[in-house]
Amino acid sequence: MSTQFTIDDLKRILLEGAGAEEGVDLDGDILDTDFEELGYESLALLETGSRIEREFGIALDDDVFTDNRTPRALVAAINETLSALVPQA
Amino acid sequence: MSAKAVVTGIGVATPNGLGVDDFWAATRVGKNAIERVTRFDPEQYPSRLAGEIRGFEAEKHLPSRLIPQTDRMTRLALVAADCAFEDAGVQPGDIPEFDMGVVTASTSGGFEFGQNELKKLWSQGSQYVSAYQSFAWFYAVNSGQISIRNGMRGPSGVVVSDHAGGLDAIAQARRQIRKGSKLIFSGGFDASICPWGWVAQIAGGRLSTSDDPDRAYLPFDAAAGGYVPGEGGALLILEDERTARERGADNVYGEIAGYGATFDPKPGSGREPGLRRAIEVALADAGVEAGDVDVVFADAAGTPRLDREEADAITAVFGPSGVPVTAPKTMIGRLYSGAAPVDVVTALLAIREGLVPPTTNVELSPAYDIDLVVGQPRPTSIRTALVLARGYGGYNSAVVVRATD
Repeated sequence: MSTQFTIDDLKRILLEGAGAEEGVDLDGDILDTDFEELGYESLALLETGSRIEREFGIALDDDVFTDNRTPRALVAAINETLSALVPQA
Repeated sequence: MSAKAVVTGIGVATPNGLGVDDFWAATRVGKNAIERVTRFDPEQYPSRLAGEIRGFEAEKHLPSRLIPQTDRMTRLALVAADCAFEDAGVQPGDIPEFDMGVVTASTSGGFEFGQNELKKLWSQGSQYVSAYQSFAWFYAVNSGQISIRNGMRGPSGVVVSDHAGGLDAIAQARRQIRKGSKLIFSGGFDASICPWGWVAQIAGGRLSTSDDPDRAYLPFDAAAGGYVPGEGGALLILEDERTARERGADNVYGEIAGYGATFDPKPGSGREPGLRRAIEVALADAGVEAGDVDVVFADAAGTPRLDREEADAITAVFGPSGVPVTAPKTMIGRLYSGAAPVDVVTALLAIREGLVPPTTNVELSPAYDIDLVVGQPRPTSIRTALVLARGYGGYNSAVVVRATD
Protein backbone atom coordinates (compact mmCIF):
# COMPACT_ATOMS: atom_id res chain seq x y z
CA MET A 1 0.00 0.00 0.00
CA SER A 2 1.36 3.37 -0.91
CA THR A 3 1.75 6.31 1.47
CA GLN A 4 -0.95 8.94 1.03
CA PHE A 5 -0.56 12.67 1.48
CA THR A 6 -3.77 14.18 2.86
CA ILE A 7 -5.17 17.66 3.29
CA ASP A 8 -4.69 17.19 7.03
CA ASP A 9 -0.99 16.53 6.46
CA LEU A 10 -0.79 19.73 4.45
CA LYS A 11 -2.58 21.80 7.07
CA ARG A 12 -0.37 20.43 9.84
CA ILE A 13 2.81 21.13 7.88
CA LEU A 14 1.66 24.63 6.92
CA LEU A 15 0.97 25.42 10.57
CA GLU A 16 4.30 24.00 11.76
CA GLY A 17 6.39 25.72 9.15
CA ALA A 18 4.63 28.97 8.50
CA GLY A 19 1.72 29.42 10.94
CA ALA A 20 -1.67 30.75 9.93
CA GLU A 21 -2.60 34.22 8.75
CA GLU A 22 -4.90 36.24 11.00
CA GLY A 23 -8.49 35.81 9.84
CA VAL A 24 -7.77 32.60 7.89
CA ASP A 25 -9.33 29.38 9.21
CA LEU A 26 -7.44 26.39 7.80
CA ASP A 27 -10.25 24.14 9.04
CA GLY A 28 -12.68 25.97 6.80
CA ASP A 29 -13.32 25.22 3.14
CA ILE A 30 -9.85 25.93 1.76
CA LEU A 31 -9.33 23.13 -0.78
CA ASP A 32 -9.80 25.39 -3.79
CA THR A 33 -8.47 28.64 -2.31
CA ASP A 34 -5.24 30.03 -3.77
CA PHE A 35 -2.31 29.78 -1.37
CA GLU A 36 -1.72 33.50 -1.73
CA GLU A 37 -5.26 34.21 -0.55
CA LEU A 38 -4.56 31.98 2.44
CA GLY A 39 -1.63 34.26 3.29
CA TYR A 40 1.26 32.08 2.12
CA GLU A 41 3.84 33.83 -0.04
CA SER A 42 6.60 32.04 -1.96
CA LEU A 43 8.93 31.67 1.01
CA ALA A 44 6.22 30.07 3.15
CA LEU A 45 5.57 27.62 0.32
CA LEU A 46 9.29 26.92 -0.06
CA GLU A 47 9.46 26.08 3.63
CA THR A 48 6.32 23.94 3.33
CA GLY A 49 7.75 22.06 0.34
CA SER A 50 11.00 21.44 2.19
CA ARG A 51 9.12 19.98 5.16
CA ILE A 52 7.01 17.73 2.91
CA GLU A 53 10.16 16.46 1.21
CA ARG A 54 11.80 15.66 4.54
CA GLU A 55 8.80 13.93 6.06
CA PHE A 56 7.77 11.91 3.03
CA GLY A 57 11.21 11.23 1.62
CA ILE A 58 10.49 12.68 -1.79
CA ALA A 59 11.97 15.34 -4.04
CA LEU A 60 9.54 17.92 -5.40
CA ASP A 61 10.02 19.84 -8.62
CA ASP A 62 10.92 23.51 -8.21
CA ASP A 63 7.71 24.52 -9.95
CA VAL A 64 5.35 22.32 -7.92
CA PHE A 65 3.93 25.37 -6.14
CA THR A 66 3.67 27.52 -9.24
CA ASP A 67 1.85 24.74 -11.10
CA ASN A 68 -0.40 23.91 -8.15
CA ARG A 69 -1.88 27.04 -6.63
CA THR A 70 -4.46 25.44 -4.33
CA PRO A 71 -4.38 22.82 -1.56
CA ARG A 72 -6.44 20.39 -3.66
CA ALA A 73 -4.05 20.63 -6.60
CA LEU A 74 -0.97 20.36 -4.39
CA VAL A 75 -2.25 17.31 -2.51
CA ALA A 76 -2.95 15.61 -5.84
CA ALA A 77 0.49 16.48 -7.21
CA ILE A 78 2.27 15.17 -4.14
CA ASN A 79 0.27 11.94 -4.20
CA GLU A 80 1.26 11.54 -7.82
CA THR A 81 4.92 11.89 -6.84
CA LEU A 82 4.44 9.40 -4.01
CA SER A 83 2.71 6.82 -6.16
CA ALA A 84 5.45 7.08 -8.76
CA LEU A 85 7.97 6.21 -6.04
CA VAL A 86 6.16 3.30 -4.44
CA PRO A 87 5.40 0.35 -6.70
CA GLN A 88 1.69 -0.52 -6.57
CA ALA A 89 0.87 -4.01 -5.27
CA MET B 1 12.01 76.45 7.65
CA SER B 2 12.42 72.74 8.20
CA ALA B 3 9.70 70.64 9.74
CA LYS B 4 10.14 70.04 13.45
CA ALA B 5 10.37 66.29 14.13
CA VAL B 6 8.60 65.40 17.36
CA VAL B 7 8.17 62.08 19.15
CA THR B 8 4.48 61.21 19.46
CA GLY B 9 4.52 57.50 20.31
CA ILE B 10 6.81 55.15 22.22
CA GLY B 11 7.13 51.38 22.37
CA VAL B 12 9.77 50.13 24.76
CA ALA B 13 10.84 46.65 25.83
CA THR B 14 13.78 46.37 28.22
CA PRO B 15 14.85 44.22 31.16
CA ASN B 16 13.24 46.95 33.27
CA GLY B 17 9.77 46.75 31.81
CA LEU B 18 7.56 46.34 28.78
CA GLY B 19 5.73 49.53 27.90
CA VAL B 20 6.33 53.14 28.91
CA ASP B 21 4.66 52.99 32.32
CA ASP B 22 6.44 49.89 33.65
CA PHE B 23 9.75 51.00 32.18
CA TRP B 24 9.63 54.46 33.70
CA ALA B 25 8.36 53.25 37.09
CA ALA B 26 11.46 51.03 37.39
CA THR B 27 13.93 53.41 35.77
CA ARG B 28 13.08 56.56 37.70
CA VAL B 29 13.97 54.85 40.99
CA GLY B 30 17.03 52.96 39.77
CA LYS B 31 15.79 49.36 39.84
CA ASN B 32 18.49 46.86 38.96
CA ALA B 33 17.58 44.25 36.32
CA ILE B 34 21.01 42.67 35.83
CA GLU B 35 21.12 39.02 36.86
CA ARG B 36 22.78 35.74 36.00
CA VAL B 37 21.91 34.56 32.48
CA THR B 38 18.92 32.19 32.43
CA ARG B 39 18.30 31.83 28.70
CA PHE B 40 21.13 29.29 28.55
CA ASP B 41 23.56 27.87 31.11
CA PRO B 42 26.38 30.44 31.25
CA GLU B 43 28.60 28.45 33.61
CA GLN B 44 31.31 27.60 31.07
CA TYR B 45 31.62 31.17 29.75
CA PRO B 46 33.83 33.92 31.20
CA SER B 47 30.87 36.37 31.37
CA ARG B 48 27.71 35.20 33.09
CA LEU B 49 25.53 38.25 33.79
CA ALA B 50 23.00 39.95 31.53
CA GLY B 51 19.98 42.19 31.46
CA GLU B 52 17.27 39.79 30.27
CA ILE B 53 13.67 40.53 29.43
CA ARG B 54 11.57 38.15 31.48
CA GLY B 55 7.99 37.10 30.85
CA PHE B 56 7.75 38.11 27.20
CA GLU B 57 5.47 35.66 25.37
CA ALA B 58 5.46 36.59 21.71
CA GLU B 59 2.67 34.12 20.91
CA LYS B 60 0.29 36.18 23.03
CA HIS B 61 0.92 39.31 20.97
CA LEU B 62 1.67 38.17 17.42
CA PRO B 63 -0.15 36.01 14.84
CA SER B 64 1.17 32.46 14.41
CA ARG B 65 2.16 33.36 10.85
CA LEU B 66 5.00 35.52 12.23
CA ILE B 67 6.39 33.15 14.86
CA PRO B 68 8.25 30.66 12.60
CA GLN B 69 9.90 33.49 10.65
CA THR B 70 11.10 35.80 13.42
CA ASP B 71 14.05 36.07 15.79
CA ARG B 72 13.42 37.22 19.34
CA MET B 73 14.66 40.75 18.54
CA THR B 74 12.08 41.02 15.75
CA ARG B 75 9.24 39.77 17.95
CA LEU B 76 10.15 42.38 20.55
CA ALA B 77 10.30 45.07 17.87
CA LEU B 78 6.95 44.09 16.35
CA VAL B 79 5.21 44.18 19.72
CA ALA B 80 6.88 47.50 20.54
CA ALA B 81 5.64 48.86 17.20
CA ASP B 82 2.07 47.91 18.13
CA CYS B 83 2.52 49.66 21.49
CA ALA B 84 3.92 52.77 19.81
CA PHE B 85 0.96 53.04 17.46
CA GLU B 86 -1.41 52.70 20.40
CA ASP B 87 0.54 55.27 22.40
CA ALA B 88 0.43 57.71 19.48
CA GLY B 89 -3.30 57.22 19.00
CA VAL B 90 -2.75 56.34 15.34
CA GLN B 91 -4.00 53.34 13.38
CA PRO B 92 -1.72 52.24 10.54
CA GLY B 93 -4.61 52.75 8.10
CA ASP B 94 -5.10 56.39 9.13
CA ILE B 95 -2.15 57.60 7.06
CA PRO B 96 -1.41 56.92 3.37
CA GLU B 97 0.98 53.96 3.11
CA PHE B 98 3.68 55.83 1.18
CA ASP B 99 3.74 58.60 3.81
CA MET B 100 4.86 56.17 6.55
CA GLY B 101 8.30 54.55 6.81
CA VAL B 102 10.55 52.60 9.16
CA VAL B 103 14.23 53.30 9.87
CA THR B 104 15.75 51.06 12.54
CA ALA B 105 19.25 50.28 13.74
CA SER B 106 20.75 46.86 14.28
CA THR B 107 24.01 45.65 15.76
CA SER B 108 23.80 41.86 15.56
CA GLY B 109 20.81 40.80 13.53
CA GLY B 110 18.89 37.68 14.55
CA PHE B 111 21.57 35.64 16.26
CA GLU B 112 19.33 33.18 18.09
CA PHE B 113 17.38 32.31 14.94
CA GLY B 114 20.66 31.87 13.07
CA GLN B 115 22.09 29.69 15.82
CA ASN B 116 19.12 27.34 15.64
CA GLU B 117 19.36 27.02 11.87
CA LEU B 118 23.14 26.53 11.93
CA LYS B 119 22.60 23.78 14.46
CA LYS B 120 20.18 22.07 12.09
CA LEU B 121 22.66 22.51 9.25
CA TRP B 122 25.51 20.66 10.95
CA SER B 123 23.45 18.12 12.87
CA GLN B 124 20.74 17.21 10.34
CA GLY B 125 21.63 18.66 6.96
CA SER B 126 20.87 21.59 4.70
CA GLN B 127 17.35 20.41 3.88
CA TYR B 128 16.44 21.03 7.54
CA VAL B 129 17.39 24.71 7.50
CA SER B 130 14.36 27.03 7.55
CA ALA B 131 13.64 28.98 4.38
CA TYR B 132 13.14 31.96 6.70
CA GLN B 133 16.83 31.97 7.63
CA SER B 134 17.17 33.87 4.33
CA PHE B 135 15.97 37.03 6.08
CA ALA B 136 15.24 36.30 9.75
CA TRP B 137 18.87 36.91 10.77
CA PHE B 138 19.27 40.02 8.64
CA TYR B 139 20.05 43.50 9.95
CA ALA B 140 17.17 45.09 8.03
CA VAL B 141 14.58 42.52 9.07
CA ASN B 142 12.97 44.60 11.82
CA SER B 143 12.38 47.51 9.45
CA GLY B 144 10.96 45.06 6.91
CA GLN B 145 8.67 43.17 9.25
CA ILE B 146 7.33 46.34 10.89
CA SER B 147 6.64 47.91 7.50
CA ILE B 148 4.92 44.77 6.16
CA ARG B 149 2.79 44.21 9.26
CA ASN B 150 1.61 47.81 9.35
CA GLY B 151 1.44 48.60 5.65
CA MET B 152 4.15 51.28 5.76
CA ARG B 153 5.65 51.67 2.30
CA GLY B 154 7.41 55.03 2.57
CA PRO B 155 11.16 55.67 3.04
CA SER B 156 12.71 52.86 5.06
CA GLY B 157 16.09 51.43 5.88
CA VAL B 158 18.51 50.18 8.48
CA VAL B 159 21.65 51.64 10.04
CA VAL B 160 24.42 49.38 11.31
CA SER B 161 26.87 51.30 13.51
CA ASP B 162 26.66 49.39 16.80
CA HIS B 163 25.45 51.52 19.73
CA ALA B 164 25.71 54.75 17.72
CA GLY B 165 23.23 53.30 15.22
CA GLY B 166 20.33 53.85 17.58
CA LEU B 167 20.89 57.60 17.25
CA ASP B 168 21.89 57.49 13.58
CA ALA B 169 18.55 55.81 12.78
CA ILE B 170 16.60 58.48 14.66
CA ALA B 171 18.50 61.16 12.75
CA GLN B 172 17.69 59.45 9.45
CA ALA B 173 14.03 59.31 10.48
CA ARG B 174 14.16 63.05 11.17
CA ARG B 175 15.55 63.63 7.67
CA GLN B 176 12.61 61.75 6.18
CA ILE B 177 10.13 63.83 8.20
CA ARG B 178 11.86 66.96 6.93
CA LYS B 179 11.55 65.64 3.39
CA GLY B 180 7.80 65.34 3.81
CA SER B 181 7.01 61.90 5.22
CA LYS B 182 4.12 62.08 7.69
CA LEU B 183 5.20 59.38 10.11
CA ILE B 184 8.46 57.49 10.54
CA PHE B 185 9.18 54.71 12.99
CA SER B 186 12.67 54.70 14.39
CA GLY B 187 14.76 53.01 17.04
CA GLY B 188 16.49 49.69 17.44
CA PHE B 189 16.35 46.25 19.00
CA ASP B 190 18.97 43.63 19.68
CA ALA B 191 18.55 40.38 21.61
CA SER B 192 21.54 38.07 21.35
CA ILE B 193 21.58 36.30 24.70
CA CYS B 194 22.19 32.86 23.21
CA PRO B 195 25.45 30.89 23.10
CA TRP B 196 26.42 31.99 19.58
CA GLY B 197 25.56 35.61 20.27
CA TRP B 198 27.31 35.38 23.61
CA VAL B 199 30.67 34.20 22.23
CA ALA B 200 30.50 36.95 19.59
CA GLN B 201 30.02 39.53 22.34
CA ILE B 202 32.81 38.03 24.45
CA ALA B 203 35.10 38.26 21.42
CA GLY B 204 34.62 42.05 21.47
CA GLY B 205 36.75 42.00 24.62
CA ARG B 206 34.72 44.50 26.63
CA LEU B 207 32.36 42.33 28.71
CA SER B 208 32.52 42.30 32.48
CA THR B 209 33.50 38.98 34.03
CA SER B 210 32.04 39.80 37.44
CA ASP B 211 29.40 37.55 39.00
CA ASP B 212 28.05 40.30 41.27
CA PRO B 213 25.11 42.11 39.63
CA ASP B 214 25.75 45.18 41.75
CA ARG B 215 29.46 45.39 40.87
CA ALA B 216 29.59 44.20 37.27
CA TYR B 217 28.88 47.29 35.16
CA LEU B 218 30.49 50.37 36.71
CA PRO B 219 31.08 53.16 34.19
CA PHE B 220 33.13 56.09 35.54
CA ASP B 221 33.98 54.05 38.64
CA ALA B 222 37.61 53.33 39.56
CA ALA B 223 36.59 49.66 39.49
CA ALA B 224 35.18 49.80 35.93
CA GLY B 225 35.93 46.48 34.26
CA GLY B 226 33.71 46.16 31.24
CA TYR B 227 30.00 46.14 30.62
CA VAL B 228 27.08 43.76 31.03
CA PRO B 229 25.08 43.10 27.85
CA GLY B 230 21.34 43.36 27.79
CA GLU B 231 18.51 42.76 25.34
CA GLY B 232 15.66 44.92 24.10
CA GLY B 233 15.28 48.42 22.79
CA ALA B 234 12.72 51.05 21.88
CA LEU B 235 10.77 52.32 18.92
CA LEU B 236 9.72 55.93 18.55
CA ILE B 237 7.14 57.44 16.25
CA LEU B 238 8.37 60.67 14.70
CA GLU B 239 5.98 63.14 13.08
CA ASP B 240 6.17 66.69 11.90
CA GLU B 241 4.99 68.78 14.84
CA ARG B 242 2.38 70.65 12.81
CA THR B 243 0.87 67.43 11.44
CA ALA B 244 0.85 65.93 14.91
CA ARG B 245 -0.92 68.95 16.43
CA GLU B 246 -3.43 69.05 13.59
CA ARG B 247 -4.48 65.46 14.17
CA GLY B 248 -4.73 66.16 17.90
CA ALA B 249 -1.89 63.89 19.01
CA ASP B 250 -2.30 62.94 22.69
CA ASN B 251 1.40 62.70 23.39
CA VAL B 252 3.99 65.08 22.08
CA TYR B 253 6.93 63.95 24.19
CA GLY B 254 9.50 66.29 22.73
CA GLU B 255 11.53 67.28 19.73
CA ILE B 256 14.54 65.60 18.12
CA ALA B 257 16.28 68.95 17.94
CA GLY B 258 19.87 68.23 16.99
CA TYR B 259 22.21 65.54 15.75
CA GLY B 260 25.93 65.12 15.22
CA ALA B 261 27.99 62.12 14.14
CA THR B 262 31.75 61.70 13.81
CA PHE B 263 34.27 58.94 13.33
CA ASP B 264 37.29 58.37 15.52
CA PRO B 265 40.77 58.86 14.09
CA LYS B 266 42.94 55.84 13.42
CA PRO B 267 43.92 54.08 16.68
CA GLY B 268 47.40 55.05 17.75
CA SER B 269 47.35 58.32 15.81
CA GLY B 270 47.34 60.29 19.04
CA ARG B 271 44.60 62.53 17.73
CA GLU B 272 41.58 63.41 19.84
CA PRO B 273 38.62 60.99 19.63
CA GLY B 274 35.58 62.25 17.73
CA LEU B 275 33.04 62.43 20.55
CA ARG B 276 33.58 66.09 21.48
CA ARG B 277 33.02 67.16 17.88
CA ALA B 278 29.88 65.03 17.66
CA ILE B 279 28.50 66.84 20.73
CA GLU B 280 29.41 70.27 19.33
CA VAL B 281 27.83 69.48 15.98
CA ALA B 282 24.64 68.27 17.66
CA LEU B 283 24.41 71.38 19.85
CA ALA B 284 24.99 73.67 16.87
CA ASP B 285 22.41 71.73 14.84
CA ALA B 286 19.88 72.24 17.65
CA GLY B 287 20.83 75.91 17.96
CA VAL B 288 21.67 75.59 21.66
CA GLU B 289 24.69 76.48 23.77
CA ALA B 290 26.36 74.07 26.17
CA GLY B 291 24.78 76.03 29.04
CA ASP B 292 21.29 75.25 27.73
CA VAL B 293 21.73 71.50 28.23
CA ASP B 294 20.13 70.28 31.45
CA VAL B 295 21.30 66.67 31.45
CA VAL B 296 23.59 64.33 29.50
CA PHE B 297 22.80 60.64 29.00
CA ALA B 298 26.22 59.04 28.71
CA ASP B 299 27.23 56.18 26.47
CA ALA B 300 28.90 54.74 29.58
CA ALA B 301 31.06 52.07 27.99
CA GLY B 302 32.35 50.89 31.35
CA THR B 303 35.99 50.40 30.37
CA PRO B 304 38.64 52.80 31.69
CA ARG B 305 39.88 54.07 28.30
CA LEU B 306 36.41 54.69 26.88
CA ASP B 307 35.11 56.20 30.12
CA ARG B 308 38.11 58.52 30.08
CA GLU B 309 37.43 59.58 26.49
CA GLU B 310 33.77 60.25 27.22
CA ALA B 311 34.39 62.15 30.46
CA ASP B 312 37.05 64.25 28.71
CA ALA B 313 34.65 65.12 25.87
CA ILE B 314 31.87 66.07 28.28
CA THR B 315 34.23 68.17 30.38
CA ALA B 316 35.69 69.85 27.30
CA VAL B 317 32.25 71.01 26.16
CA PHE B 318 30.49 71.69 29.46
CA GLY B 319 33.36 72.46 31.84
CA PRO B 320 34.27 70.57 35.02
CA SER B 321 31.07 69.18 36.60
CA GLY B 322 29.25 71.61 34.31
CA VAL B 323 26.16 69.50 33.65
CA PRO B 324 24.40 66.55 35.33
CA VAL B 325 25.41 63.29 33.65
CA THR B 326 23.62 59.98 34.06
CA ALA B 327 23.74 56.41 32.76
CA PRO B 328 20.46 54.63 33.51
CA LYS B 329 21.71 51.75 31.37
CA THR B 330 23.66 50.65 34.48
CA MET B 331 20.31 49.08 35.54
CA ILE B 332 19.77 46.97 32.43
CA GLY B 333 23.13 46.62 30.67
CA ARG B 334 24.11 47.78 27.22
CA LEU B 335 21.46 46.98 24.61
CA TYR B 336 23.53 47.62 21.45
CA SER B 337 21.29 49.24 18.80
CA GLY B 338 18.51 49.40 21.40
CA ALA B 339 20.53 51.30 23.98
CA ALA B 340 20.41 54.83 22.58
CA PRO B 341 16.71 54.73 21.58
CA VAL B 342 15.99 53.63 25.16
CA ASP B 343 18.09 56.56 26.39
CA VAL B 344 16.13 58.93 24.12
CA VAL B 345 12.91 57.54 25.61
CA THR B 346 14.35 57.99 29.10
CA ALA B 347 15.36 61.56 28.26
CA LEU B 348 11.83 62.36 27.04
CA LEU B 349 10.28 60.87 30.19
CA ALA B 350 12.84 62.69 32.34
CA ILE B 351 11.79 65.96 30.67
CA ARG B 352 8.12 65.13 31.29
CA GLU B 353 8.60 64.41 34.99
CA GLY B 354 11.48 66.77 35.74
CA LEU B 355 13.60 63.97 37.15
CA VAL B 356 17.03 62.62 36.22
CA PRO B 357 17.08 58.86 36.80
CA PRO B 358 20.21 57.66 38.56
CA THR B 359 23.34 55.84 37.54
CA THR B 360 23.18 52.78 39.77
CA ASN B 361 25.91 50.96 41.69
CA VAL B 362 28.61 53.42 40.64
CA GLU B 363 30.91 55.38 42.89
CA LEU B 364 32.34 58.17 40.75
CA SER B 365 36.10 57.97 40.36
CA PRO B 366 37.81 61.22 41.42
CA ALA B 367 39.72 60.98 38.14
CA TYR B 368 36.67 62.28 36.24
CA ASP B 369 35.46 65.91 36.45
CA ILE B 370 31.82 65.15 35.73
CA ASP B 371 28.67 65.63 37.82
CA LEU B 372 27.46 62.03 37.68
CA VAL B 373 23.98 61.50 39.15
CA VAL B 374 24.57 58.42 41.30
CA GLY B 375 22.43 56.41 43.68
CA GLN B 376 19.32 58.58 43.88
CA PRO B 377 17.24 60.23 41.15
CA ARG B 378 17.65 64.01 40.97
CA PRO B 379 14.56 66.23 40.62
CA THR B 380 15.30 69.19 38.36
CA SER B 381 13.61 71.10 35.58
CA ILE B 382 14.70 69.69 32.23
CA ARG B 383 14.08 71.32 28.87
CA THR B 384 17.04 70.10 26.88
CA ALA B 385 18.81 66.72 27.10
CA LEU B 386 21.80 65.35 25.24
CA VAL B 387 22.08 61.63 24.47
CA LEU B 388 25.46 60.13 23.57
CA ALA B 389 26.24 56.80 21.93
CA ARG B 390 29.49 55.29 20.73
CA GLY B 391 29.78 52.24 18.51
CA TYR B 392 32.45 49.58 18.34
CA GLY B 393 34.87 50.55 15.59
CA GLY B 394 34.88 54.32 16.06
CA TYR B 395 31.34 55.63 15.70
CA ASN B 396 30.28 58.66 17.77
CA SER B 397 26.76 60.07 17.73
CA ALA B 398 24.95 62.69 19.75
CA VAL B 399 21.29 63.71 19.75
CA VAL B 400 19.70 66.75 21.40
CA VAL B 401 16.18 66.17 22.70
CA ARG B 402 14.11 69.21 23.65
CA ALA B 403 10.77 69.90 25.33
CA THR B 404 8.18 71.29 22.94
CA ASP B 405 5.33 73.07 24.83
